[in-house]
Formats: sequence, C-alpha cells, structure tokens
Amino acid sequence: MKKVLTGNFAAAYGATAAKVNVISAYPITPQTTIVEILSEIVADGELNAEFVKVESEHSALACCIGAQATGARTFTATSSQGLALMHELIHWAARARLPIIMVNVNRAMAPGWSIWADATDSISQRDTGWIQMYCENNQEVFDTVLMSYKISESESVMLPALINLDAFFLSHTSQVVDLYNEARIDQFLSKYDPKIKLDVDDPHAFGALTSPEHYYEFSYKMHEAQINAIRVIKEVGQEFGKIFGRTYDLTESYRCDDAELILVSYGTIAGTAKEAVDQMRNSGIVVGVLKIRYFRPFPTEDVIKALHPAKKVGVIDRAVSYGQSGPFFNEIRSTLYHESTPLYGFIAGLGGRDVSTHDIENMVDIMQNDPAQDLIWIGVKNVD
Amino acid sequence: MVEIRFHGRGGQGAVKGSDILAVAAFHEGKEVQAFPFFGVERRGAPVTAFTRISNEEIRIHCYIYDPDVLVILDPTLICAVPLSDGLKENGKIIINSMKEPSEFSFPDAKNPHVYTADCSSIAMKFGLGTQESPIINTTILGAVAKATGLVKIESVVKAIRERIPTRTEPNAQAAIEAFEQLHV
Repeated sequence: MKKVLTGNFAAAYGATAAKVNVISAYPITPQTTIVEILSEIVADGELNAEFVKVESEHSALACCIGAQATGARTFTATSSQGLALMHELIHWAARARLPIIMVNVNRAMAPGWSIWADATDSISQRDTGWIQMYCENNQEVFDTVLMSYKISESESVMLPALINLDAFFLSHTSQVVDLYNEARIDQFLSKYDPKIKLDVDDPHAFGALTSPEHYYEFSYKMHEAQINAIRVIKEVGQEFGKIFGRTYDLTESYRCDDAELILVSYGTIAGTAKEAVDQMRNSGIVVGVLKIRYFRPFPTEDVIKALHPAKKVGVIDRAVSYGQSGPFFNEIRSTLYHESTPLYGFIAGLGGRDVSTHDIENMVDIMQNDPAQDLIWIGVKNVD
Repeated sequence: MVEIRFHGRGGQGAVKGSDILAVAAFHEGKEVQAFPFFGVERRGAPVTAFTRISNEEIRIHCYIYDPDVLVILDPTLICAVPLSDGLKENGKIIINSMKEPSEFSFPDAKNPHVYTADCSSIAMKFGLGTQESPIINTTILGAVAKATGLVKIESVVKAIRERIPTRTEPNAQAAIEAFEQLHV
C-alpha cells in the first residue's frame, strides 16, 4: 500500500510495522510528530505496545534500556539537544549490547538556537558503539527502520542503531512511501527473542563492576560486532530486496563506474547531488555520486572500490569537526590513505542552509579548476 | 517535473495546501514531493511551501528556485517579497484576489500567465476561517487545478477528504466553486 507521508510518519509507521513492544520518547522539534503519531497508534489499539511517557530524553532512553533488557523490542526518537542529553545512556545501550532502534532527526546544536538540518548532533555520538546511518528519502526511512531491527538483533551484532533523517528536508517533507503488506513484513522480521535477558524466573545481574581483566575484551567484542554488522547489513539488504523489491547496501554508487569526478555525500544532499550529476553529465562533465548510508560501521572496502575510477574526489559534509575538517571527509581521507587521489572537503548546508543543484555544480567547478583542499566553505558570507 | 511554489502568510494554510496538491497528483499516479520552508511559526508571517510533481522518482531535496507555477495566497506579499524571482518563461501565477489579472504586473517574469480568483470570499461563503483571516488553501487549489490542468478537480476533492479531518465538505465545495469560477 502506497501513501503520501512525511519522513516522520514513515519513521513512526516503520516502528509500528516492526511491532515494537515498548516506545518511550520525549517530543522535540522537528521530531515531535513521530511521538504524536505513535502515541495515537498505541492509544487506538492499532499497535499492542506500551507507550511510556517520560520527563526527558535521558529517561526515554533509560526506559528503552530497561525494557530491551527484559527481551522487549523498543523504539525511541529524538533530535539535537535531546540526543545530546541522552549521551551517557547512548554509551550504556551499546555497551549493554541492547539492539534499541532510535530515529534522530538531524538538527543543529544551539546556540544560535536552530531547528534546522545539521548532522553535528549525530556525528557527536560517533564513538559510542551504535550503528549509525543516514537516509536520503522517506521510503529509505521506513525500510531502514524495518531492516535495522533485523540487523541489530542479529546474534553476531547485538548493537543499537541510530537512523538519521534531515530536519524538514525529510522530517516534514511529503513523499510517496510504499508501506508493503503486513504478511510480507512478518515474513521478513520475526519476533525478538534474545538468548540473554532479565527474567524473574532465572535471575541474573547485568552491568556489574568490570575489572581491567575483562573490560578490554568487552570493547574488543563491540568492535567485532560492528565489523560483523557490515556482512549482516549486506545480507539483510539483499533479503529485503528479494521480498520488497528494494535492495540496500552500506553505500550506493550513482553513475560512478566511468566517473572522472566523484562526489561523496549522505542524507538528502546525496539525492540533490544525483539530480545535479544528471544535469552536469548532459553538459559533458563525467561525474558521479557515492552515497554513504552507514557511518558506523564505516564501509571502508566498498568506498575504496567505488572511488577507484575517480581522478578526483569531493566530500560534502553537513557538519564540521571543528579544528579539523568535515567528519565524513576525515573518514574518506583515512580510507584513501594509500591512494594519491586529490581530495576536496566541502562544508555545506549547516543549520539548514539550503544546498541546491547550483551549489553542487559550483563544487564540481572547484574540483575541475582549483587545487585540492581539505576544507572549502560553500556559500559562507559576511565573516570578515 | 513541474515545480510549484506557494507564498502565503502564517494561518492561511499554504503548507497544508502544498501537501494536498501533492496528494491529488499522487492519486493520478504521479511521484510527488511537498515541503515547507519553516521560518517563524506565527500568524501573519510570510510562509513559503513547495510542491514537485513528476512522472519519475524525485531525488532533489532543495528549495524551488525556478518554479513553473506560483500560488499567491496573499496579494500583499507581492510588494513585500520578490515573489516572481526565477519564475520560468510562460510560467503561471495564481493569485487570491478580487482584482482582474491585468491589474497585476510582474516585471521580473518573462511572459507570465496571471490568473485571479476571489478565494477569500469563497472561503468565507463556506465558513472557512474568519472574516479577518479566511483559510483559503483548499479554495485556491480549485483555481490551481483549473489554471494549470496539473490535476483534476476530482483528485483535489479526494485529497481534501483525505487530508482535512474537520469541515471536510465545506473545504471540498469551496475548491469546486473556485474551479468553476476561474476563467481560463
């Protein structure tokens, strides 16, 4: 069944289709409608779940952690300041190996107070051990929520996942979304049944004091699980394609095979870049786009392979690692350490500034005519 | 791909209007996209919203800079904002106004086709909003359907019934009346 939905509705319907048992979330612009629609769906009895109202995002994630530890499938959603407030528990959820799924609407951090798109909020959670991915459109939001439960709950992974969508450019944008049919979704995603859980009939304690004798191995295992996730994301993406007709991977190459110039990006900017690539190809510029879906685990081998044909590579970041460069740029540079490809690091769209096809053509123009640079601020004005 | 840009003021329903137009086109088998520029969320502030309609997948996610169609819910915006900036040659402009199209001039636009419909009066007739601030988003979609031929009026009505949960039929009837009144 197809419907015209915003990204927020697609996220809420994804959690509903996954038949989550417990939802706990605190509203924050521009995530609010995710919480609103889920509370209605639960209140109307369309989803047999507990909706737990809380007084903060920190409590929302704490609630999901407790519920997930008992073997419940959980969902939460937040944005920006709310994600930052969860930070302590974001580490906790991953180290406790609880496959919680959280949708984050990428919004700029304050001050200046902003409700608009910027990936700095999620990038700040890079080293927590969560799987972290970025969506280009609303169909991908719905599909990724569904796939994420299967990926995260895989025995060889057992890590939480953060699914990111751009504020307004997805959260409040209506697009056509195929919600499939329930029987096929149930065929794809079976009930969550973890091997280890809190059980009053079989008491265990979790999260005890961990001496230097053991903590190190916990961290080793978390990294191993992230690396395992690369294989699992691919397998689940293939299986999803067989059932629903849309196949997913950690990256998506668009017209890269013969490309002399390749632009790397994520989120909605990747979609706009595809459109710009078609326009530039019509005027003889041989350019392609590599969309990065997963930031963690980082798809190192796929990126090396996809970028191999390029004479030059440009990375578009909607975030800054202050004092260094764009966060995705840093990843691409370290991935291509053994190659001599000139790299261009573009910063664009911070705090919801629009990134148009014209801006992307401007970046390609810089790649064609200027020497490589790690940090190029697109459209910055009045800073002198 | 056809790109439509809505200009209104907070409270007139431009954002909802852009969404209903997308749903109407979806019912005719099109790929669609609708989204607002969310500025200051208060009554009276200028609001911009965007709709894209295409036969193919819509991948672009930026604002609309070169629209095919402009929908102006409040004619007082014409002096306040450079509305017709980027309008394509032979583009269409639909204005909520009791004036004649010839009374408007858009020196920035190349050969624009201007249409007017007195949506405020029609909306008031069907009790949509108040005398001071009529809600005209559904009404003007009837005029948009007639002036552009982008969607059938039946699809607009179907989309209104889907998206407007209260006072549904007056909204649908207002759209039909604007459709019938507009001369092309």
